[in-house]
Amino acid sequence: MGATGLVFQIERFAVHDGPGIRVAVFLKGCPLRCWWCHSPESQRATPELRLKTDRCIVCGSCVPACTHDAIAAVDDGYTTSRHRCAACGDCTDLCPTGARTIVGREMTVPELMAEIDKDRVFVEQSGGGVTFSGGEPLMQPAFLAEALAACRAAGLHVAVETSGYAPWSAMQVVLGADLLFFDLKAADDDVHHRVTGVSNRRILDNFRRLSREHPAVRPRIPLIPGINDDGADLDALGRIVAAAGLHEVDLLPYHTAGEAKYGRLGRPYPLGHVAPPSADALAHARVRLEQCGLTVHIGG
Amino acid sequence: MTPRVQRLRQQSLDTRPTLSAERAALVTDAVQQAGAVAPPIQRALVFRHLMEKKHVYIGDGELIVGERGPAPKAAPTFPELCCHSLDDLTVLDTRERIAFSVPTEARRVYAERIIPFWQGRSIRDAIFREVPDDWTAAYRAGVFTEFMEQRAPGHTVLGDVIYRKGFLELIADVDRAIAALDGERDPHAYDKSLELRAMRIAAESIIRYAARHAERARELAAAEADAARRRELEEIAAVCARVPAHAPTTFREALQAYWFTHLGVVTELNTWDSFCPGRLDQHLLPFYQRDLADGRLTRDQAVELIECFWIKFNNQPAPPKVGVTAAESGTYTDFCNINVGGLTADGADGVNEVSYLLLDVIDEMHLLQPSSNIQLSAKSPGRFLTRACAIIREGWGQPSVFNADMVVLELLRQGKRIEDARMGGTSGCVETGAFGKEAYILTGYFNLPKVLEIALNNGVDPATGATIGATTGDAAAFTSFDEVWDAFTIQLRHFFDIKIRGNRIIERLYATWMPAPFLSLLIDDCIARGTDYNAGGARYNTTYMMPVGLGTVTDSLSAIRTHAFDKGDVPMPALGRALGRDFEGDEVMRQRLWHKTPRYGNDDAGADALMRRIFDAIHDIVDGRPNTRGGEHHINYLSTTCHVYFGSKVGATPDGRHAWQPVSDGISPVQGTDTAGPTGVLKSAARLDHVRTGGTLLNLKFTPSLLEDDRALDRLGALVRGYFSLGGHHLQFNVITADTLRKAQAHPEQHRDLIVRVAGYSDYFCDLTTPLQDEIIARTEHGSF
Repeated sequence: MGATGLVFQIERFAVHDGPGIRVAVFLKGCPLRCWWCHSPESQRATPELRLKTDRCIVCGSCVPACTHDAIAAVDDGYTTSRHRCAACGDCTDLCPTGARTIVGREMTVPELMAEIDKDRVFVEQSGGGVTFSGGEPLMQPAFLAEALAACRAAGLHVAVETSGYAPWSAMQVVLGADLLFFDLKAADDDVHHRVTGVSNRRILDNFRRLSREHPAVRPRIPLIPGINDDGADLDALGRIVAAAGLHEVDLLPYHTAGEAKYGRLGRPYPLGHVAPPSADALAHARVRLEQCGLTVHIGG
Repeated sequence: MTPRVQRLRQQSLDTRPTLSAERAALVTDAVQQAGAVAPPIQRALVFRHLMEKKHVYIGDGELIVGERGPAPKAAPTFPELCCHSLDDLTVLDTRERIAFSVPTEARRVYAERIIPFWQGRSIRDAIFREVPDDWTAAYRAGVFTEFMEQRAPGHTVLGDVIYRKGFLELIADVDRAIAALDGERDPHAYDKSLELRAMRIAAESIIRYAARHAERARELAAAEADAARRRELEEIAAVCARVPAHAPTTFREALQAYWFTHLGVVTELNTWDSFCPGRLDQHLLPFYQRDLADGRLTRDQAVELIECFWIKFNNQPAPPKVGVTAAESGTYTDFCNINVGGLTADGADGVNEVSYLLLDVIDEMHLLQPSSNIQLSAKSPGRFLTRACAIIREGWGQPSVFNADMVVLELLRQGKRIEDARMGGTSGCVETGAFGKEAYILTGYFNLPKVLEIALNNGVDPATGATIGATTGDAAAFTSFDEVWDAFTIQLRHFFDIKIRGNRIIERLYATWMPAPFLSLLIDDCIARGTDYNAGGARYNTTYMMPVGLGTVTDSLSAIRTHAFDKGDVPMPALGRALGRDFEGDEVMRQRLWHKTPRYGNDDAGADALMRRIFDAIHDIVDGRPNTRGGEHHINYLSTTCHVYFGSKVGATPDGRHAWQPVSDGISPVQGTDTAGPTGVLKSAARLDHVRTGGTLLNLKFTPSLLEDDRALDRLGALVRGYFSLGGHHLQFNVITADTLRKAQAHPEQHRDLIVRVAGYSDYFCDLTTPLQDEIIARTEHGSF
């Protein structure tokens, strides 16, 4: 007991991550680097500075606050060296507009439970619960295990969203969850490796094994134009799901909402400009999966 | 919707409001003819003259008949309360929003007869003459408004009396009360006899008014070529010949009986919140069931009749308002707010088949008036809530949702009997009342941020430099938050005391000079007590005041506590200087105050505790202070459009709000600062002690995408049930994107039909003033991501 976890967001009134009104707990750190990732702040397993430049009024309050010489005056304002920044948060206290914030907070399980408890009445009223997401929550298996146990002790329904990329010793923690959202991104391992940075072999092994050992696994396929929307890969993913004995799948169409977040972290957007799938492309993808005998839910 | 309803509805939507001088002329004649008689008798004679002489309108295709003015949307005026000047008429005729076209003839009548007779003699003149100077100074500074300066006390809702008794039976009740008067023992027996005689005249007059409709319908029938319409007119004649003289025996008679009663109340005086049938599903159920069983009525016919009834409400714009009243209540809506659901008198679930019928009508009619709400009890079935949520999802703000169990508790705390509490509900925007038994008079909004501003300026109103408050010391020299708090609460008491003294004067003016004998027939126990509604005749007599800007004042005090004292990064003298200059040259400070202050509406225990401390202070100052009608003062929290007016009177505030911008509305957080999502707002709002109010108003804005799938309706329902289980009073929703609103603002001609929730009512977005449009756009939009 006594594990701490690095949390980057606790979303109240979460409505897309399981039944009812939920509290979604996003754990920071992910072994994958999916090109389309809509929460880049979830990727690194350390706290980092988030800079909303549209809020910055170029007042300079942050400069004297920085003890790491990371902020320097330039012609049209100030620049922050990501290299020097230690994410200590001293500048965020003095920033008057909230343009500078630290993403990632170390929490104990009791601290987390106190946050979850704030929405308990709405969670209970709606038949909702708590969803652990990420990042990859299984990068912090001890914390997740303890948090799952605490939620269950509190009588809360628990869901976990995972990329499936974790050793089984960690992965088996999710057997304690009521519902498991399992991402499948590409069937072709070369493609998978190229667009996520890791092989899908361990993911698929975990998927097959969890489908046997957990009663409620819900596969989710993000539909990314130019990556996995050609028919062959979808067919293959559909067959994998069907072969695992599952009958339903969520199809999550790509959206561009995450693009702006990259700039705030000082990173380029790996996918570049890609339009969300058209209604036709979405319908086409749906049919391909249905032909594998699956019931398809758009948007989960 | 039947073709008939479609046509009448469209007619109601297309007709532009006009001002009618008919009533003003008839009232002037009647007062002159009445001569020197006691006020109750004079008012009864005025009412009789109106009922005898006003034009009888029966529109083509109508099934429910009667109009307040000579035609739909022809709004009468009330010169005995507020005599419009020729300048007022020009303003009404030409202003951009909430205009009334003023016919040349009406202008002439005003110039020749109305203004010469009433100028200086109206209640409005009397009020401004009689109130003390400190009241006038505070009123002018925008510390509070005064509801009764242009409109009469009303703020009440009908119970079940007219469904049980015809007016002939009410006359018999009046006669019994007269016979029971004891001139030996009761020193007020003569006053009571005057009032009761006035009630008798009023009852006879409404019967006469209905009879005139029967006569007119028969004339029209005789001249009607179309056989089907001729039969309809004959039926109208038969209905109007029976009700409201006799108690209704059919569903249709019940609706027509209410409508004549409604017209009586809103013609006698321009009562606030017009008038309202209240628990309509409860009242109509027995008639509906009997007619259905007897084969006299089908479900579809019932729907058509209710829809014709609905159009009648929409045909009656609120009477023309000017000045501060127009600013605090800038809308055509007259606040009839129909209650659906709730409990029965014995405490059982009150949702019945007519409740669902009414929800279907609300959905199909999509009209501003009447406003509608559901009264949701823990006992109400899920299907009822889900049906209501499906209408809410359409995004035009109706129905709003009330916690019926909390309404009962609020009424019990105020000392009402349990059965009266259960048959109570909410009216106007969110106001709690015991229907048919209570005069719960709203007297004015109260500007909390203005009071803080005056406290920070040692009693001086910085807008004028005049000292209108108490002397509470130089805020720049304050060294602790306690000193700020003490100055604020001393000013609160100072201004509430002024307002309460004014309320008592104004109550006596109405009680003495402007009795309402017709309304008094309808509200228990005016007949039994022989006392007018406006003089304390009702069983319960409440006086409400409505603090506005709770979010703004909480955040402002939180900002002072946080930055001037806890952190010390904005010292009091610097804050004072910055506020005086509207933060000119102090943008960094303003940003810090705006973004780095713990704010109400985010489930932040510290900020919410401060809100509660303010709430408690106000409650302790006001609650229970006696009025002149045998009742007490209480508080409720709503703002209609007054948060925009009040904002226009308040300079920059310590929470970083710029000068003259709107303050927060109802009990909602400051616009755009609630970042913890809707449940965070609800948790904060639930920390207010709703049971010690007479109603609170909370707005939530959702993006349509959040409510798209069917499970979303369950979530919306759970959100409501969750808030109510925490003790919340009311919730209302806008389901629309800020983007859509911006488009409507830029291209009003393409969005004339866009209806949004404003305060305790919905309105056409394009009819709102630009600052109010901006304010609604700024309210935080809760969406998914």
